Amino acid sequence: MRHKANTWFAERLGDQGIRTTYLSDHHPAHMPCLEIMRLEWKHAAEEARRLDMRLVALWAAEAGCHDQDQHARQGLYAYMAFAHPDHRHALLRTPLDAKNPQLPSIASEYIAASRMERHMADMFGIRIEGAPDARPWIRHEHWPQDALPLRKGFDAQSPMAVSSDCGDYDYVRSTSSGVYEIPVGPVHAGIIEPGHFRFLAVGEQILNMEERLGYVHKGIERAMQGRDAMEGIRLAARVSGDSAVAHAWVFAQAAEFAADIEPPKRASFIRGILCERERIANHIGDIGAICNDAAFAFMHMQMQRLREEMARLHQEIFGHRLLFDTIVPGGVSVDPDAKQLARLKWQTTAIAEEVERLRSLYADHPSIQERVIGSGVVAIDDARDIGLLGYAGRASGHYPDERIEEAYSPYDELEVNVPEGRNGDVATRVWVRFEEIADSARLIGEMIDSLPDESCSLEWRPPEPGVSGFAAIEGWRGEIAAWVRFGEDGLIDRYFVRDPSVINWLGLELAVREVPVPDFPLNNKSFNCSYSGNDL
Amino acid sequence: MLRLLRQIARVGTITEELRESDAYERAGRELAAMINKRFAGSLAIREVDAGSCNGCELEIHATNNAFYDIERFGVHFTASPRFADMLLVTGPVSVNMKTALEMTYEATPDPKLVVAIGDCAVNCGVFGRDNYAIAGAVSDIIPVDVVVHGCPPTPTDIIRGILAAIDGMP
Ligand code: SF4
Repeated sequence: MRHKANTWFAERLGDQGIRTTYLSDHHPAHMPCLEIMRLEWKHAAEEARRLDMRLVALWAAEAGCHDQDQHARQGLYAYMAFAHPDHRHALLRTPLDAKNPQLPSIASEYIAASRMERHMADMFGIRIEGAPDARPWIRHEHWPQDALPLRKGFDAQSPMAVSSDCGDYDYVRSTSSGVYEIPVGPVHAGIIEPGHFRFLAVGEQILNMEERLGYVHKGIERAMQGRDAMEGIRLAARVSGDSAVAHAWVFAQAAEFAADIEPPKRASFIRGILCERERIANHIGDIGAICNDAAFAFMHMQMQRLREEMARLHQEIFGHRLLFDTIVPGGVSVDPDAKQLARLKWQTTAIAEEVERLRSLYADHPSIQERVIGSGVVAIDDARDIGLLGYAGRASGHYPDERIEEAYSPYDELEVNVPEGRNGDVATRVWVRFEEIADSARLIGEMIDSLPDESCSLEWRPPEPGVSGFAAIEGWRGEIAAWVRFGEDGLIDRYFVRDPSVINWLGLELAVREVPVPDFPLNNKSFNCSYSGNDL
Repeated sequence: MLRLLRQIARVGTITEELRESDAYERAGRELAAMINKRFAGSLAIREVDAGSCNGCELEIHATNNAFYDIERFGVHFTASPRFADMLLVTGPVSVNMKTALEMTYEATPDPKLVVAIGDCAVNCGVFGRDNYAIAGAVSDIIPVDVVVHGCPPTPTDIIRGILAAIDGMP
């Protein structure tokens, strides 16, 4: 076993009298999965909170091949994952009663757990005890009563028969006469994804903004079941198309951990280059779009130009403008030659320089600065409470970065600089993105310079049935976490993925309180959460 | 302000004329001529994401960047279906978006051309038809005039699709 076991969390729980059993069919050992009793579920979460761990994800799964042998009575398990900056990730799981599954809510410790618990309730029919919010989340009102898409026995092969006569979602309301509601969506005004925002406003000020998502729920978790890894990764990349590289990478790494194979270093370096290019392209696009929402169209046009230049080079070298399907289980599917790498490096540097030039224009432009400085603040304590990820966290004093914490290859050989913002406003979120563009460009240069000369992939071979793997990758939005378990014949029997948007959407709700309604769009862009990644 | 102007002058005009994107330019010219003839010079498009992964949206956005600059042919994206001539629909139609798509279609005045953008819109793509959460491809839900393959289709393919839809108008 090439990964050293990580017993830190098990020991801390042991100190509190919580007995844990290490599961040997879960990999890697440095991100262990520990089984606990259901009665200790909440206590364990309290302890994680006390240890300053952040909540990574919460999900459920039907028993896998191994579990069936061990617990014939138990058909269902709940999982939760935590991370500590110095002690990496640890997973906990507990068996549930398949007939009457119940689980205590941990939302009082971790508010971000609430929507994930609602997702579990929608998909598995798990009753969450003490949930602060028991409304359905992904399950829209017109779904059939008994639809539990991730339970065995559910007919997942044909579209659900929906009913036309159904209730309404119970939005947060105000009875005050000065407050009015503005419903927006699901079809939005721009070329963006669908979702519903319900504003409660007083005059121009937003009092409360509530998100209602789930509109682009595509049954990805279920559709993953029964695919092999080669097919699965194509679907994983499309969880959120703007993060195709990072989502493919997290899938690949979770599967590779499960199968205990380590792709060649050249592959992880190329993955790193692809992922940093994806980060730069999205930051560039978003900075332009934020400026556009404040009527600074000049910046938008300039940024879109750079983004297009990147897309064209991607097409030329990697065969896809958005780098889809460049990562495969075991390695990468495209191996650029020396000349192509030189061009890639040259263009990356040129774009980073151009961005710096534009940045000074942005900084000197009072009309945009007026709009972004002080708008949409998320306070440091709130950011930590929610566990905000990526640039949203980095703007508000919360700095998790898996390239440092998890230090997966190639980042174990590189030094990543994390911009440490504290003001938490749109301006700081933009500042973080500018900083990250510069840092990613530097990293790409270093990776190209030290790219090992060897093959760029290993042959994929699936693990034994019943084995699972977990991975966390720093995509451009922040940490993406994924857990995959294989069944018979190398086919996936469960894939769970947590896009950073699941957590960061909460940040947007907080940020726009007391923001004037016309400043909502640029705030929204400054977070730019994925709807598709949230809705799965 | 001077610095902005300097940057604008430095970059120059990058919109492509018969260079690399020869095909795009030709399609664009035909499109402009057709829009002049049939839509008095201006075609309003409403984009509807009916369940996309958002990859298709990125490429539809790209048709607006300075390289392609679809606006110069008279095409612009509108905020409401009520004054749209055409819908560009992406994604497999999710069960949760079906009603919204139907309502958007209803709200669009005639001729309400519909272009299905991307493999998902055409045939549900990687998400599959055998999926409880997918109501179907776009043409299973509303009438479709033209389909554009690709995952996602390139900006050039998107503009060709728009052209084909106008071309095929009765
Ligand atoms: S066609 Fe491809 S890019 Fe477009 S929505 Fe489908 S998966 Fe995403």
